[in-house]
Amino acid sequence: MVDADNQAVTTALDGAEPNGEDDVLLDVRNLKTYYPSRSGLLGRQTAWVRAVDDVSFTIRRGETFGLVGESGCGKSTLGRSVVRLEKAQSGQVIFEGEDVLAKKGRDLKALRQDLQVIFQDPYGSLDPRMKVRDIIAEGLLWQGTAGRAERADRVHDLASLVGLREEHLDRHAHEFSGGQRQRIGIARALALRPKFVLADEPVSALDMSVQSQVLNLLSELQEDFGLTYLFIAHDLSVVEYISDRVGVMYLGKLVEVAKAEDLYADPRMPYTQALLSAIPGHQAPGRRDRIVLGGEVPSPLDPPSGCRFRTRCWKAESLCAEEVPVLREVVPDHWAACHFAEAS
Amino acid sequence: MTADVSAEPETVERSGDVLLEVRDLQTHFKTRAGVVRAVDGVSFDVPAGASVGIVGESGSGKSVTSLSIMRLISSPGFIAGGQILFQGRDIAGLSERDFRPIRGRDLALVFQDPMSALNPVYPVGKQVAEALRAHQKLSRRAALERAVELFSMVGIPAPERRVHEYPHKLSGGMRQRVTIAMALANEPSLLILDEPTTALDATIQAQILDLIRDLRRRVNTAVLLISHDIGVVAEICEEVVVMYGGRVMERGSVEQVTKNPRHPYTIGLLNSIPSPEMKGRKLSTIGGTVPNPLRMPPGCPFQPRCPKAMDICSTKPELSDAGDGRQIACWLA
Repeated sequence: MVDADNQAVTTALDGAEPNGEDDVLLDVRNLKTYYPSRSGLLGRQTAWVRAVDDVSFTIRRGETFGLVGESGCGKSTLGRSVVRLEKAQSGQVIFEGEDVLAKKGRDLKALRQDLQVIFQDPYGSLDPRMKVRDIIAEGLLWQGTAGRAERADRVHDLASLVGLREEHLDRHAHEFSGGQRQRIGIARALALRPKFVLADEPVSALDMSVQSQVLNLLSELQEDFGLTYLFIAHDLSVVEYISDRVGVMYLGKLVEVAKAEDLYADPRMPYTQALLSAIPGHQAPGRRDRIVLGGEVPSPLDPPSGCRFRTRCWKAESLCAEEVPVLREVVPDHWAACHFAEAS
Repeated sequence: MTADVSAEPETVERSGDVLLEVRDLQTHFKTRAGVVRAVDGVSFDVPAGASVGIVGESGSGKSVTSLSIMRLISSPGFIAGGQILFQGRDIAGLSERDFRPIRGRDLALVFQDPMSALNPVYPVGKQVAEALRAHQKLSRRAALERAVELFSMVGIPAPERRVHEYPHKLSGGMRQRVTIAMALANEPSLLILDEPTTALDATIQAQILDLIRDLRRRVNTAVLLISHDIGVVAEICEEVVVMYGGRVMERGSVEQVTKNPRHPYTIGLLNSIPSPEMKGRKLSTIGGTVPNPLRMPPGCPFQPRCPKAMDICSTKPELSDAGDGRQIACWLA
């Protein structure tokens, strides 16, 4: 649709999704989200920002899939495209057998109940003029099936579930601390009994002593309601702790996917190795020595040919400029997009 | 600048190599709802050439402490009491006019957000040159040449070209290198870094921490690093001051405090950090939330959340020696 040159990559990736034996809840196939880049006086579209560029992976029922990467890598765009907060260019997101991206009207509305979001900013994502009670009830109202009394009951249940007290419900969001606001956001997300929750940097705005409370709450809710999380964060320690499997993104590409333990113990893609070695204060025995990367992330407007990481990679060879490395299973259930993933 | 003798009659016994001594610092803010004691009796030292970190959560008073040292507190905030002895001289009471020659020359500050520290309408090299010319007699050309040297010292590639660029043309990591170059321009004896890597990505943070460590080896500048991340402090500093609710809770070597914390707050804070060992288990938490600064509890600020709180905790515990070289403000110590 947009690019002829990427066609080859797409075909190469076909049938190569990191698909496990387990029960798959969400199957993302060749997802592309591009933004037009305009320039000049007339604002002509001159190029595409390839925020998410041909990404395929699966999320299993009941798991927490962590997604890490640095700012601009496309992790939030990927998450938001999956739940249709962002319009994808092409690709499929198969949720329980149906393509989320193809849904319209009433079908889309029904689907939205199953896919909910917890946002990063508990300050910006809650309407300051609304009472907590109304914020939590908004989804129920929108859904339109519950009557007034049922809604009130449900709001009470949700509030106690996330650790808010009765008297909190008649206050406004601005009266609460960051941690309490995030509880309100979580209650709102759970109001419609979703199956899948996108948690986009849910604890990064919180203080350390409050962060652990919210992480514990997310784990409890997952156990109690069998929730599946796509957990996006830049904090590598938080992701290691909370995730069953982790995906690493670099410049619009998913470059590695593995079980959290495997990924952190034995990263195969050089970028992942550098990223994990950068965790401050984690020079514990068993961890690799710090790899300090030179240079900066190239522009997604004009990514390098071949492997996008090659311009900063200390292992790059001429092959890396010529061929896009395919995300492939290097060892069982451990996928990496590097020509030399076996060697490392 | 001749030393203003009249400003230092209160100079307490000054151990030879202490560069900065903060004594019972009080920095308050007048608000309509009452007085906020953002910094409420903070004391610590920075020996010459040493590196000390201050860790704390939001509202702990760590940034207000650093702004107080730089004398950047403005109305409705004010230094309500205590002393800030820099090279033996109390700078808390100096007039702005007397302090100006010190700020940027002997004491320099790097902020969290490099974009707000740089002027968007001037090339970055010119800004570093201005910082040099504010304190040294240098021609424009000589200052710019020195800026190029500084750029290359902080690892900016193609420094001769980069000095002519505007801040918006540089990435976040490069901008932070520029502000570090600017802070080091006049070879300060104390460099205050306030959350220098918080706005940066993990791999860029690693680059900047590497740079700070490397500069510490090459330049004999003492460092005061403010961070919410004890991991960052552990990478740079020898000593750490843990703050909560405007007060120092615990102070000791990084080794002592991170491996064997003794204040209940420090213990709670370190235990709540997610680690691989905790995978699949509940994290331990500190109950409740950071107190409202307008309604601070009497006595120990951590008392309402402390699992070990006792009756006596409604009386302020003083920061006192714990016997193993560290200091703790807790009745249990």
